[in-house]
Amino acid sequence: MAVDRDLYRKERALRVALFVTCVNDTMFPGTGRATVTLLRRLGCDVVFPMGQTCCGQMHLNTGYPEEGGRLARHFTDVFAGHDAVVVPSGSCAAMIREQYARLAPAATAFAERVAETVPKVHELSEFLVDVLGVTDVGAYFPHRVTYHPTCHSLRGLRLGDRPVRLLEQVRGLELVPLPAADECCGFGGTFAVKNPAVSAAMCADKARNVTATGAEVLCAADNSCLMHIGGTLGRQRTGVRTMHLAEILASTEAAR
Amino acid sequence: MRPATGPVTFLGMPAFPANAAAAVGNSQLRFNLRKATHTIREKRASVVDELPDWARLRQAGKQIKDHTLRNLERYLLQLEEAVTAAGGHVHWAADAREANRIVTRLVKETGESDVVKVKSMATQEIGLNEALAEAGITAYETDLAELIVQLGDDLPSHILVPAIHRSRAEIREIFLERMAAWGRPAPEELTDDPRALAEAARRHLRERFLSTKVAISGANFMIAETGTLVVLESEGNGRMCLTLPETLISVVGIEKLLPTWRDLEVFMQLLPRSSTGERMNPYTSTWTGATEGQEFHLVLLDNGRTRVLADEVGRQALRCIRCSACLNVCPVYERAGGHAYGSVYPGPIGAILTPQLRGMSSPLDASLPYASTLCGACFDVCPVAIDIPEVLVSLRGRAPHPRAERFGMRAAGWVLDRPERMARAERMAGRLRRFVPRRMPGPLSAWTDTRDLPEIPAESFRDWWLRTDGGNR
Repeated sequence: MAVDRDLYRKERALRVALFVTCVNDTMFPGTGRATVTLLRRLGCDVVFPMGQTCCGQMHLNTGYPEEGGRLARHFTDVFAGHDAVVVPSGSCAAMIREQYARLAPAATAFAERVAETVPKVHELSEFLVDVLGVTDVGAYFPHRVTYHPTCHSLRGLRLGDRPVRLLEQVRGLELVPLPAADECCGFGGTFAVKNPAVSAAMCADKARNVTATGAEVLCAADNSCLMHIGGTLGRQRTGVRTMHLAEILASTEAAR
Repeated sequence: MRPATGPVTFLGMPAFPANAAAAVGNSQLRFNLRKATHTIREKRASVVDELPDWARLRQAGKQIKDHTLRNLERYLLQLEEAVTAAGGHVHWAADAREANRIVTRLVKETGESDVVKVKSMATQEIGLNEALAEAGITAYETDLAELIVQLGDDLPSHILVPAIHRSRAEIREIFLERMAAWGRPAPEELTDDPRALAEAARRHLRERFLSTKVAISGANFMIAETGTLVVLESEGNGRMCLTLPETLISVVGIEKLLPTWRDLEVFMQLLPRSSTGERMNPYTSTWTGATEGQEFHLVLLDNGRTRVLADEVGRQALRCIRCSACLNVCPVYERAGGHAYGSVYPGPIGAILTPQLRGMSSPLDASLPYASTLCGACFDVCPVAIDIPEVLVSLRGRAPHPRAERFGMRAAGWVLDRPERMARAERMAGRLRRFVPRRMPGPLSAWTDTRDLPEIPAESFRDWWLRTDGGNR
């Protein structure tokens, strides 16, 4: 994605609006706090627009485009005018980038807002690598970790190896490759409850591949997928825990 | 010689989740599908990766199909003229019933009661074999996998490999038990060695080819400029059917059209690599009109296609060349199997094609757009760049929704519409977190049956931000 780097090369601290996402806000606030810690450590001025709620993905992808569209419009209203919006979720960022333009009827104020806001929305690892231009974020995390690239990060946003490059620079971290990493874990939003048998069968294979690595931590850039895989790893008493990329990158020798 | 067959039909099947749940528990099926899909998947990846211009070929394929679909009427009329000029007869069928009526009449006019068939999705789609059987005509499938399905009173579960759900041990049993009822029996000493199974099928089919005077086929492509039909295959059985009989009837969907032979060149690269994972398929047959002494009829099939064409998002499904690359990479298909989709078109492409062709009035058809995690693996491998997830989401927006779900989604939408409502809901969840059971009742048990719930935090992110002034206090 083309990025206006000059925008961020000003003397003042970069002003970043955090879109924490509804899942992180409600269920995984630690990921939000870690994102704030990390961005501040890298010199950003982080703001949290209190009007934010949800990107609308659950509604749109479950077949409720009216509600999804309303939430998308709300998002563009809340985040218009910010220089950069950072999202610690691959699938929410992909929803915004891929689907908002389809939701906004052409030649409306909503469409204008989408055209203006969406290019400024960055998934966390994109923001770190492409905008800030860093891969070594000064993190320390002395554990054996495997990384699951999640479908919307991999095939939606095309994050490529950005998250892995970030993890490789973390001191003390031993990164082990995940077999069949590009296969879906079976979450799929409401798919997990609408098609529970197939969802569980897919996650059984994912969990088997995770435990085969011998890792103690499974990392991803999306807590919704991690909630699914982590829920399975927990039920099977594998002892493997899940962590969002932001939480590993926020860890330092001083404060963990 | 015609065996009595029971009703073999997808009609009246339950919705996808129930079919899939049964399939997921079938270890033989899971093993067969995993082995087969992964083998083809890897073969495809290696022959696609070796082409430096694959992305451009894919764009060319997409553009040729889109151009043809935008000008479908003009090219169809050009095709009709060319086929007629070459001595063929062209028939137009608006739906399955009309197509079956035309084919049945054409076969009856020959005075024959047996026909041989080239593997064809269009004739499966319209249920031609069943319609012919009602008229006293027996259709003999000659594609090896279709033969296995027909002998086993079974249904196809894959577009390219209809018997993908069968292991060779199962195929051996089917041959031993059923071949005799349909013609030359299998040798008593038949083993499950692939070579022996193929040899038994070859001998069984060879007699059929030599004695049958009418053949029915579909086509992979039709070329408008010359009126030529094209069939790609691996076995050579198709060519037997296309050349030996006196009468050939081809039933072809109207979207199979290409304007020129130059356009075919693109698809001759896209299709074999995407479907069988070969650089080139062993047999490509082309024919233009009728050869001297033989009759040729072309039945052009609409059966819902023009309705699909009218849908701005859904119409891209008509670009499909039935390669089945999307089936072979789909994690849902791999575990649910083809029968769960209740259609001759299973897998991701079936999940967008079937609800468009049949509508979404049955519980099964309404469940198909949800038979996907939207993981996007299908879109990545599609040789004509059909954005299957985009069409799935669009169809979900039109699918009928269960009342309880509708209520839940409306309520969630209401809460998420206003940040203060969301904050209140989060605080309530935080207060009630100790009372959340490890096993949830009702529809949420679908989650907790196999997965632990994450612990609800005492404080939401936004409340933390407010309390600490963004961590500064």
